[in-house]
Amino acid sequence: MTVHADPKGVLTGTHFIDGDHACCEGALAAGARFASGYPITPSTEVVERFAARIPSVGGVFIQMEDELAASIALQGAVWGGAKAFTVTSGPGFSLMMEHIGYALMTETPCVFVDVQRGGPSTGLPTMPAQGDMMQCRWGSHGDYEVIALAPNSPQECFDLTIRAFNLAEKYRLPVMFMMDECVGHMTEKVVIPPADQIEITPRRLTKQAPDEFLGYKADEDLVPDIAKAGDGYRFHVTGLTHNEKGYPSMTVKTQDKLIHRLQDKILQNADDISINEEVDLDAADVVVVAYGITSRVAMKAIQMVRDSGQKLGNRKLRIGMFRLITPWPFPDKKIRALAGRIRGFVVPELNLGQMSREVERASGGLAKTIAVTHAGGTVHSPEEIAEAILEAAR
Amino acid sequence: MTKGNVAITVERCKGCAFCVEFCPTKVLALSPAFNSKGYHPPHVVAPEKCNGCDLCGMFCPDFAIHGWREKKA
Amino acid sequence: MSELVSLHENPTEQFLRTDRMPHIWCPGCGIGTTVNCFTRALLDSNANLDKVSVVSGIGCSGRVAGYLNLDSFHTTHGRAIPFATGLKLARPDLDVVVYSGDGDLFAIGGNHFIHAARRNVDIKVICVNNLVYAMTGGQTAPTTPGDALTSTSPYGTFEPSFNLPQLAEAAGAVYVARWTTYHVRQLAKSMFEMFNKKGFAFIEVLSPCPTLYQRRNKMGDGMETLRQYKELSKRKDGASTSEVGLTRDGEIVVGKFVDRDRPDYATLMKAHYQHTMGDKYVETGAIICQ
Repeated sequence: MTVHADPKGVLTGTHFIDGDHACCEGALAAGARFASGYPITPSTEVVERFAARIPSVGGVFIQMEDELAASIALQGAVWGGAKAFTVTSGPGFSLMMEHIGYALMTETPCVFVDVQRGGPSTGLPTMPAQGDMMQCRWGSHGDYEVIALAPNSPQECFDLTIRAFNLAEKYRLPVMFMMDECVGHMTEKVVIPPADQIEITPRRLTKQAPDEFLGYKADEDLVPDIAKAGDGYRFHVTGLTHNEKGYPSMTVKTQDKLIHRLQDKILQNADDISINEEVDLDAADVVVVAYGITSRVAMKAIQMVRDSGQKLGNRKLRIGMFRLITPWPFPDKKIRALAGRIRGFVVPELNLGQMSREVERASGGLAKTIAVTHAGGTVHSPEEIAEAILEAAR
Repeated sequence: MTKGNVAITVERCKGCAFCVEFCPTKVLALSPAFNSKGYHPPHVVAPEKCNGCDLCGMFCPDFAIHGWREKKA
Repeated sequence: MSELVSLHENPTEQFLRTDRMPHIWCPGCGIGTTVNCFTRALLDSNANLDKVSVVSGIGCSGRVAGYLNLDSFHTTHGRAIPFATGLKLARPDLDVVVYSGDGDLFAIGGNHFIHAARRNVDIKVICVNNLVYAMTGGQTAPTTPGDALTSTSPYGTFEPSFNLPQLAEAAGAVYVARWTTYHVRQLAKSMFEMFNKKGFAFIEVLSPCPTLYQRRNKMGDGMETLRQYKELSKRKDGASTSEVGLTRDGEIVVGKFVDRDRPDYATLMKAHYQHTMGDKYVETGAIICQ
């Protein structure tokens, strides 16, 4: 079920703005009226814009004392009934890990934006990387599944931020919005449609009476309905392993049931969640798998190889592109199917091999995987990727 | 003096004896009997002295006792 | 206080998740006593209980939220205050109470405490201070007084400890009081006053930890500690908070130390935006999404 966006937060029109600002506009359009942040390059512009915009939209921005606080304050606001998000980059993202776990365990719908920069530690504050892709998947302790989106343009920073909020509400979890410094600071045309053309997933508030309500009893889609504070439900929320009532129940049985449900609600709905851009895959010999800013460099590389007239036998080498718009949940089935009919994958990314390992795992040895690694600080040269495409075709 | 009563939820008691010690009119004593967890809960030894002040109820960390005053006729 | 006229049910009962009783607290622990005071203060305040939220961190005192039949949040270690900050700013119509322990609020959560006090966020903070990390087995806390034995200071502590009322006052709290679990009536009255106070209010309650503090320091059981509270405590309302620091066996100054007024965060925010933005400012009450 969806509703139209509240026009108060929608800055309808054609804009020339960067990805960070577009992300903020996406959050406002999605209905976010609360943000708690802590300054960190290269993400700060998102909350700077939110701080400037929110008093005239109606809502709250608070700059907290650190990322630990920023990443839990928004969850307080969510349980009060708000849509909320926080924004950070590598070092701050590391500090937020415990609260990503808390949001996963308590099924708190919210969005964490990470504008990735070079790491580890303070690393390269002003320069791009894609080194947090595994951290957003595995960074908090314990087992879980997440949803992550990776935009490759300011327009997508707007569009996909709305999608991130919608998925957070539908599946009740923190959605990871994985930008990178280039996309965040890149300025392009961003078209914001009228509010009545923006679909919003409302919060799945329970319709049950307080005395019937079980805060963690899931529906058929494995997601429970939610209550907000102040409505007489007198519910309990805990990060401890809990039963359907939300009470701590630290038994093997409860743990097994809860942790599997948290995993299955994403895996069983992966087809609904997952979106990927598929270009010229049908008869491809080589498929480039990329995401974020690197996907744009990869398109250039693909074009270079095509233009050079490379042949495979007596025909032209065919190169496809599989862009991970939702790196998580990983599209295992699609990669596996491709692996069965192509020569190899080329996976360029601004890290020393993260999503490339997933491609290799999912392809199950049916096709080779060539990782085009990069320690970050700038983007690949298209030539590096082009060379890897030729290698994959051999 | 106002007449009071106390009620004891024996099974919740953990035997700390705060109620016995701090009852201003010394209504209570620890019972020689055990509850199912092996604690000695309080019992009323001087019911006529109870004025229902509920100090026992305020001290009791286990929510196992409380006092109340009877309505005046 | 309440006139308990023919009230045949324990007044605390209606506030409890009775299906979770008995609680996990040890015999002689004082946390349950503070809950009695809290529930009586809530009753006296005539608060709409549907609009009261309790937020706890982690630890023995952090379990309070889970036992209270209110909207309750058992958050992460040290982060009850920032969670409560978000909840209160999104929902100014709610009464938001943070109920947690000394290690949670003043070690791992210390930074959040001082900043929430500085901002004067309208939340009420109750710290049950048992001088030790109890849930994890009796380790040294920032409140452990000089030379006490703990599991991580087997030769006695030597770190200076925090004087919590002084810290709270310096950071900006508008209401600061300290009691012990011996002072049940005074504590309930103080909690009642705190509910009626706008802004960041703080109550420290000293509570026995017979299992992990008293035992290791050969101080007897919970009863011994309550007798000690009775003997050593001296009420000094309005005392200078710089003079109320705790020592291991010395005087325990109790009372209401600070009761002052300054505008809370939400009031400052609204006034500031109205002043700087005029008609463009969209004032919000509760922030509730579609």
